[in-house]
Amino acid sequence: MEKKNWKGWLYLLPAIAFLGVFLVYPLLDVLTYSFEEGYNFASQTYFGTGLYNYRYVLRDPYFLQALKNTLLLVAITVPVSTILALVISMGLSSIRGLRELYQTVYFLPYVTNTLAVGLVFMILFKKTPYSDGLVNLLLSWFGAGPVDFIDGPYWAKMFVLCFYTVWVVLPFKILILTGALASVDQTYYNAAKVDGTSRWRTFTKITLPMISPTVFYLVITGFIGAFKAYSDVVALFGTNLNAAGMNTIVGYIYDMLYGDSGGYPSYASAAAMLLFAIVLTITCINLLVSRKHVHY
Amino acid sequence: MDYETIEKKARRRETLRKAVTYTLLTVWGVMVLFPFYWMVLTSVKSYGAYNSEWIPKLYTLSPTLQNYVDAFTQVPLGGYLLNTAVFTVITTTLMLIVTVLAAFAFARLNFRGKELVFTLFLSLMMIPTELVVITNFVTITNLDLRNTFTGLILPSVTSVFYIYLLKENFAQVPDELYYAAKVDGTSDLKYLFKVMIPICRPTIVTITILKVIECWNSYVWPRLVTDDKAYFLVSNGIQEIRENGFGRENIPAMMAAVVAISLPLIVLFLIFRKKIMEGVSRGGVKG
Repeated sequence: MEKKNWKGWLYLLPAIAFLGVFLVYPLLDVLTYSFEEGYNFASQTYFGTGLYNYRYVLRDPYFLQALKNTLLLVAITVPVSTILALVISMGLSSIRGLRELYQTVYFLPYVTNTLAVGLVFMILFKKTPYSDGLVNLLLSWFGAGPVDFIDGPYWAKMFVLCFYTVWVVLPFKILILTGALASVDQTYYNAAKVDGTSRWRTFTKITLPMISPTVFYLVITGFIGAFKAYSDVVALFGTNLNAAGMNTIVGYIYDMLYGDSGGYPSYASAAAMLLFAIVLTITCINLLVSRKHVHY
Repeated sequence: MDYETIEKKARRRETLRKAVTYTLLTVWGVMVLFPFYWMVLTSVKSYGAYNSEWIPKLYTLSPTLQNYVDAFTQVPLGGYLLNTAVFTVITTTLMLIVTVLAAFAFARLNFRGKELVFTLFLSLMMIPTELVVITNFVTITNLDLRNTFTGLILPSVTSVFYIYLLKENFAQVPDELYYAAKVDGTSDLKYLFKVMIPICRPTIVTITILKVIECWNSYVWPRLVTDDKAYFLVSNGIQEIRENGFGRENIPAMMAAVVAISLPLIVLFLIFRKKIMEGVSRGGVKG
């Protein structure tokens, strides 16, 4: 037994070493950073402890802009993508022919490089001196004027960002929802058919309650994912997000850490802790709400 | 109304519903595929032709491969691809070793404190990368590992989720096999390699593919620890090409680079479609 004890730990050693150095230690460290005032990278010194970093971050207009952008992104993309994924999955599970083909196509965005494909979106939406771009061409058919979606007004940039985000997150949601829909027991539907239940009623009274745990799971992961939005924003608007006014919380953290305005790990840590607190709060609220409304 | 008209009506409604469903599904399918089409199309338009199109054309009659030549000669795209391949292979291999050993310990071996450690591992899944990236950046900088493969790879190795996934699978292997092997005098390590790994191959393939996708697309960490172009991965490479690229705004060549970057994963996906989709639906969240 004594020998076995030793052996088990030996097998775990690599994992513990990696996780310890790159996950557990940083977690504790980031907490201390966030309270150390005026930490200096080069000399590794600081002159006090307290809440100053948090105060600074919360007053920084760039952070407030990032917070606003992130909240808008979350508030728009989570409901839109969930509902859209639900509609598409319902459609997918009601057909038989070509289903595999559609499923494969819908999954493609998942395996693409966000940065690379974001560039394609940028080109489709961008208005340059040489061309208004394809999207503006489509708009002009409907009589709408050309809009610069990449360097133009705020709402236009937000629209592109939300559009791209939905495009990127849908594959995962569709995949999970189609799986959930397929696992609903067919007897319920047959019973509803015998009773002549309308489609809408079947959907709200059978389908939705049966898949509600999955929908709920997608909403939570959607919230968390959208709060961490970063690479898709870079893909569309470039690395200088503050100048574009399109920074996100995660972008703010990285900019503080490294980048043009970088070198402030204390501010970055404080912002990261704030992000963590927001995500944790929303997860908890979601859990509380779900306890009332999710049927198992 | 007789029975026949009712049936006819029902059939007509059914056809209509089908038509609407297929139309909607096709519309979304086009939305998904169009960016891919556009990037391939743009990448074969010549620089002059692209820039003279005030109204973008949906096709081209004179495709050219010049942009691909430019992408590989004027910017170090080949280097970016090679870096990413090296990074992906080493990270994935290390991840597999660490994960297999840890999962084996959790699933098969008995030692004091196992349950506690496993619970701690699981709770680590909740920690967002954004939180730990700051310290990791400082650690790697202090170790003088910026702009090295070691610095790129080390923090990207472990994924608690994969350990969990594999442990669940290992635990399904019947105990009798283990005892039989023990009676025959097989060592634990030999048992792991000769019995457990072959039996659980599908799961191992799944986590390998998921990790490869993750590595190929990783952007944030590489961006932080590399500022020397010689160590850029594709995500940073494409960003670099976009910002300082070809000396002039050369969108067709940029699209050629995008195609070159996207192609490996799409090919991988088309080969392992079932495995990837199954693996992702078992809980792989992007990012």
